[in-house]
Formats: sequence, C-alpha cells, structure tokens
Amino acid sequence: MHIMEGFLPWEWCLLWYLVAIPVVAYGVIRIKKITDENPESKPLLAVSGAFVFILSSLKLPSVTGSCSHPTGNGLGAVLFGPAVASVLAAIVLVFQALLLAHGGITTLGANIVSMGIVGPFAAWLVYKGVMKLNLSTSGWYASIAIFFAAFFGDWLTYVTTATQLALAFPIPTMGEAFIKFIVIFAYTQVPLAIAEGFLTVFIFRYIMKLRPDILEDLKVIFPKIRETIKAVG
Amino acid sequence: MADIKSIILLALVAIIVIIPLAMYNGLGEDEGYFGGSDGAAGDAIEETGYEPWFSSLWEPPSGEIESLLFALQAAIGAIIIGYVFGYYQGQASERNKKTGK
Repeated sequence: MHIMEGFLPWEWCLLWYLVAIPVVAYGVIRIKKITDENPESKPLLAVSGAFVFILSSLKLPSVTGSCSHPTGNGLGAVLFGPAVASVLAAIVLVFQALLLAHGGITTLGANIVSMGIVGPFAAWLVYKGVMKLNLSTSGWYASIAIFFAAFFGDWLTYVTTATQLALAFPIPTMGEAFIKFIVIFAYTQVPLAIAEGFLTVFIFRYIMKLRPDILEDLKVIFPKIRETIKAVG
Repeated sequence: MADIKSIILLALVAIIVIIPLAMYNGLGEDEGYFGGSDGAAGDAIEETGYEPWFSSLWEPPSGEIESLLFALQAAIGAIIIGYVFGYYQGQASERNKKTGK
C-alpha cells in the first residue's frame, strides 16, 4: 500500500499531510492519556506496535501472482482506538520510508491516511459493531469480531491507496483509473487480509488468556467474557 | 501455551501463503510473477506519462541490504512480543502458584 516516493503530485501530498497530522497528534495525546490512566496497558501498546512492525515487513505471495504485505493495524485499533493505531503506523512508515525506500517522505501523509487512519478506523468500527450486536458472551465471539476487524482494517487500507491514486491520476477517467488500481491492490490483498485476520486472532487469544483484566480496563471485552474464558481454561 | 486452536490458525496462514507458490510453481520474477504490488502501481502511474518529482533520500544499495533491513524490522517486533508474552506467562504461573492451583 506504499505510494512510492515522489509518485503523488505535490498538491495531493500536502492535502493528505493536512488530513494525517491532526489525527496523529490526537493519537499522541490519547497514548499519554491511556498510559496515565492505565499504566498496565503499556506492554500491550508495545505489542501492538511490534505487531505492525512484523506484519508490515512480511511480503507475502497472493493468488493473483504478485506480492504484498499485511498491515497489522487492526490489533492496535481494537485495543487502543484508531488514533493510537495512526501513531503506530506513522512510526513504521517513517522507518520504511527512510531505511527501506518503501513509501516516502513526500507520500508519508497519504500512506498514514490509508494504513493509519482509514484501515484502523474501519477495524475499530467493525469490532465495536460486532461486539454491540452481543450475540454471544463467549471468548470465541470476541475472536470472530477481531478477525473481521483485522480483515477490514487490512483490506480497506489497500482500497484507500487505490482510491488515492485514482483521485490523483484520473487517466483516462476516474472510474477506469480506480478499476486499474483496485485490480493491482485490492484483489491481491483479499487472501492476505484473511491471513492477517488469523494472525491477529492468534495474538489476541493469548492476550485474552493471559491478561483479560487489561482488556477489560481498555473496554475491549466485557467481564462476562472473562467468566467464560475462566470456565473453559 | 501450545493449544490446538492456535496451531490451526497458524496452519491456515501457512496454507494461504503456500497456495500461490504452488499455483505458479516454476514461474518467477522474469515471467512477471511475485513482483510487489507497490511497484506495479508505480509502473501503472508512469504509463500515464507522470514523472516522479522526488526520489528517496536513501535506498538500500542491493536486495541483500534490503532484506537485512526487513529482517531487522521483523526481529525488533518479534523480540518485543516475545518479551511481553513471556513476562505475562511468568506472571500468570506465579499467580497460579500462590492461589495453590
């Protein structure tokens, strides 16, 4: 989903920076607030950031015959909210822009909007929505919610990149450009988004098993779920 | 720590990664397979006649150096997750000892 360095006209670079900066700034404030109120959540913040580090470094093959990478942004978004996930994504994107020539400084704003804002926001909405339906209070229900959260967080990140490129390069028309970029990004990403969903559930289940108390403090799961986990384990 | 559901989850991820490798077995980058989607988008943009106006400040000088930095990125993440989960696991077993389980 990295838009390469210099591959967006400067007006678009500026626009996406203007969108990204306030969200990342708000995310920094949120991190301060959450870790002040709940110092025990700090290790989980580190895990969420580390998860983005690992997943975004894995370039996986897809059935379309090209390679792409997961984003890892769903976990942080569900645990700490989308603004905090923006900060985590921004850190990784700066690392990759400076050291790996993946993405770039001029396109950083646009890449933060896709991987750090739209993706995490979608993940967070999906998770909250599924939990609100409250069809079951068991641990596996939370796992299913996080699977879909991670799937959409990943996939919509790539749909956003395709949209950003179609907006900047509506050649010959916006619609045709959109289809062209969707074919490159969004199709390739479907199986990878499923894989990311499984990996996020894998990590989330361990957190749920070892420290359900922190998840409750962060209002990610409800006490009822904890009782069912205890009863099983 | 090892439980059957976690193993199934990881096995599913492995299958998702292996399927494309099996589908296009024998084909490589020269035939246009397994290239990066980021690069493909870059090519599509250049086809419209657009010239990038800025290039990366620094680029890994070779594929080897690039994979070094990617491996480093993953390793940093893996160390942190391993450390925190190990710490939590230790805490949990201490708690269980105290409560006499």
